[in-house]
Formats: sequence, C-alpha cells, structure tokens
Amino acid sequence: MLTIICPNCGPRPVEEFRFGGELPVPPAHITSDADRDLDRVWMFTNVEGVQVERWFHDAGCHRWHTARRDTRLDRFVD
Amino acid sequence: MNEFVETLLELTWHEPKTSYDVVIIGGGGHGLATAYYLATRHGITNVAVIEADYIGSGNSGRNTAIIRANYGIPESIRFYNHSIELYRNLEDETGCWIMHANKGLIWMAHTETGMRAERSRVQLNNACGVETLLVDPMEIKRLCPQIDLTGGGRYPVLGASYHVPGSTARHDRVVWAYAQGAMQRGVHVIQGTAVTGLLRDGNRVVGVKTARGDIAAGMVMSAVGGDVSTIAAHAGLRLPVRTHPLQAFVTNGYAQGLGPIVSSTDLLCYVSQTARGQMLIGHEFERESSYSRQSSFQFLQSCSLKMAFLLPFVRNLKILRQWTGRCDISADFSPIMGFTGVDGLVITTGWGTWGFKGIPAGGEQMAELIATGRTPDLIAPFALSRFAADHPMADQGSTGTR
Repeated sequence: MLTIICPNCGPRPVEEFRFGGELPVPPAHITSDADRDLDRVWMFTNVEGVQVERWFHDAGCHRWHTARRDTRLDRFVD
Repeated sequence: MNEFVETLLELTWHEPKTSYDVVIIGGGGHGLATAYYLATRHGITNVAVIEADYIGSGNSGRNTAIIRANYGIPESIRFYNHSIELYRNLEDETGCWIMHANKGLIWMAHTETGMRAERSRVQLNNACGVETLLVDPMEIKRLCPQIDLTGGGRYPVLGASYHVPGSTARHDRVVWAYAQGAMQRGVHVIQGTAVTGLLRDGNRVVGVKTARGDIAAGMVMSAVGGDVSTIAAHAGLRLPVRTHPLQAFVTNGYAQGLGPIVSSTDLLCYVSQTARGQMLIGHEFERESSYSRQSSFQFLQSCSLKMAFLLPFVRNLKILRQWTGRCDISADFSPIMGFTGVDGLVITTGWGTWGFKGIPAGGEQMAELIATGRTPDLIAPFALSRFAADHPMADQGSTGTR
C-alpha cells in the first residue's frame, strides 16, 4: 500500500493521505433507529477481506474519496 | 512452541473431547490465564483452550512486554494496578521464572500540554494508590543518564512522570507459566486447531466448530486477538473494535545498561532493554486498519529517528529483527470484558496495545465471571454494554496511542 490512486490527482504516495476508516453502514437486520445510531457511532464490521473505506488526500486535492481495499493483503481492489 | 522449550515444561497435550464445560478460543496470555484461574481459584478443570497456531503465537509473543498502571482514568488504574500485583507474585504462585524485573518507567513530555497531562496523571495515580512521581529534567538525567535532554535539539524534555512499579517480563514465559499451571490441573490445550464457527441453538452459543470437529461447551469465551470481529460475527454480534497492525523491533546488544523503561507520549515511542541486552523499541499502532502482518521500512525509519533524538546511543546499534502484530483497538481505547448479550458467549477483547500488562487481572476476573455468572466489580466498567449506555472509558493518552 505504498501508492494510492486519487481520483483527482492520480497515483500518489500513501503519506499524503489520511485514513478515514470504513464506511459506517449499519447492517439491514438492525431496524430500530436507536440501535442503528448506536451501530453507526460505535460498531465496526472490521472485515477480514474487502473493506469499503474513506481516504482524504491531505497533501493534494484536499478531497475525500471512497476506495475498496483487501485488509488481508493491504491491496486496493476495483 | 519448539521441542526444546517443551522439554523444559510439564505440558500434557490432549486430543479434543466432544464436550467441555468451558471452551476458550485463543491460546494467548488472556485465554490461558483464564483457564489457569478457572482451575486454581474455582476448581473448574473441564476446560479446553483452542489455539489456531501454537500457544503465544499471536500478540502474546509479539508485544513489548511492558507492565504498568499509569493510566488516566480511575477504573483503568485500579484494574492494571491489580494486574501489577498479580504479576509480582506470579513466579511464586506458578513456580515458573517469567523474568519479571521492576525497572521504573519514565514517561517524558516535550511540550507544556504534555506536562499538563503528566501532572494530572501523577495526581490521579497517587489518588488511586499507584506510585507515580513528577520528575524534572535533572531527576530524569539521574534516573537515566543516556537520555538527551535537548531531544536532539528538536524535542526538549520538559519533565516526566516516573512510574515506580513499571516493569517488564518475558512474554513467552508468562504464556508458558499459565499453560503449564492449567495443564497440570487437567485443562486441555489444543494447538493447531482453528475455530471456524460457533454452534448455535437459537440465539444461544453452545459450542465451537473447528477444523477437527465440533466441540460442545457450556460457555464459550473468545480471547482472540486481532480476529475477534470474525468470531463475533458468527454469533451475529458487532463489536466496537478495529484491527490495526502494530510494529516493533529489536537491536543488537547494548552493554551499558539502560535502567528504566523510557517512553514519550509526544513522540509515541517506547524502549526497554531485554535480558539479552537488546533494545526493544515499539511505536503506536498503524493508522490504517488492516489484518496484514507486513512489516515496513517506513516504520523502522520514523521510529528509529525519534528514538535517536531521545537516546543518541541507538544510532550506533543495528536492527536485528522487526515484526508486526494485529491489535484489536476498541473505539474508546479501553478493553472490553464480560458478557456480550448473546447467551453462552463471553468475550475479552479490545486489548489493543495494552494487552500484556492486563493478562493476570484479565484472566482472573474473567475466570470469576465465568465461574460465578456475575461480573466482578473491577471489570464492570469495561462491559460491552458501556457503549449503548453512553459510558465509554476513553483514555487514549495512556495507551501508547493518540
């Protein structure tokens, strides 16, 4: 994970980016509003596999983008 | 665990039975300590500890082996102070030499904000009966002459909190001490067997699925490091835990002994000298969550640079080994222990970068919880339900993270 492809700036070194964590999406089986809020604030899927996550290009275009990364290998996937 | 080590210990390996009173997933420090205390304190010996690889192969064998209690919230100070007391008597209790050494811990501040944090830490530690002293730069130099008080001209040392009971122990030996003590009392430790799922009866967890067949259990405890979200997902449980890599390295031997453990909260790095004379240097966890155990050159570069500012002699040392562990970092940077809301499943997780120091107390308290069916007062604040109750135990500044 030495290089991240920024949709605005192209391939840039990882040090330019800030990690924004996985997208907080509560699973569908959690239905009540209170439980969905609790899940969105505190809980993580923390998947061992492909994770949908946010990246912020701090030293470049200063914009967020969403990427998919395999957390077992630290490689981005399409 | 290699054959040489096995000949030194009284270990009896067993084939898995089809049913146990308690099945513990994860043969690291916390899992084995829980089994040990279940057997010694509560007479529960129909227990299996199931380990995917060999015992101590995960974070128990990858940490930097520091024992301390200088936390920033009273609940944590009490818990880790109890762990220090148990560590102090562990050699007498188990008859195993764990190479426990009381060294003292210098926790340096390089900014006025850092000093303010250390002042409040000292006050709170003392109020909770833990000996932590505020020391000025002259005193730091007396405690550890190798420290460059100018911080390489970039990070001047303004002062420190000196945590007197700070100590280290040999992490593998702690794992083996608990494994031996548990096995001598009839606990089955099953290595090389991965847990692939949980047996369910309705909502209740009634056992584990393994590569070597199903094992029924009256109670299942997860003492897994790193992969805990996967285990919890088998029970339909979501946890406030993310898995982050944490790296460390050792140098070659340094003859002129480094007395205390030296650490800096501003630079987020810490060093102690092992019994072999090597400098054991660690860092905060990686920002990006990952299950990869890939070590990086960037880490060596940034961490050794910071260490060279504080302890200039490390410039002359060579790096021998580096490694990476998977830390389960909880959302509030405190461990999560106790009931999960799923019947038949209890959990000890969120040990992040502070799991080794919590092994004896974590094991003892979880054993009491399993044996009595109620949460002991010492770990009640660390229940999983604290997040729903809006009572997080936030103490990021004391965990070697920030």
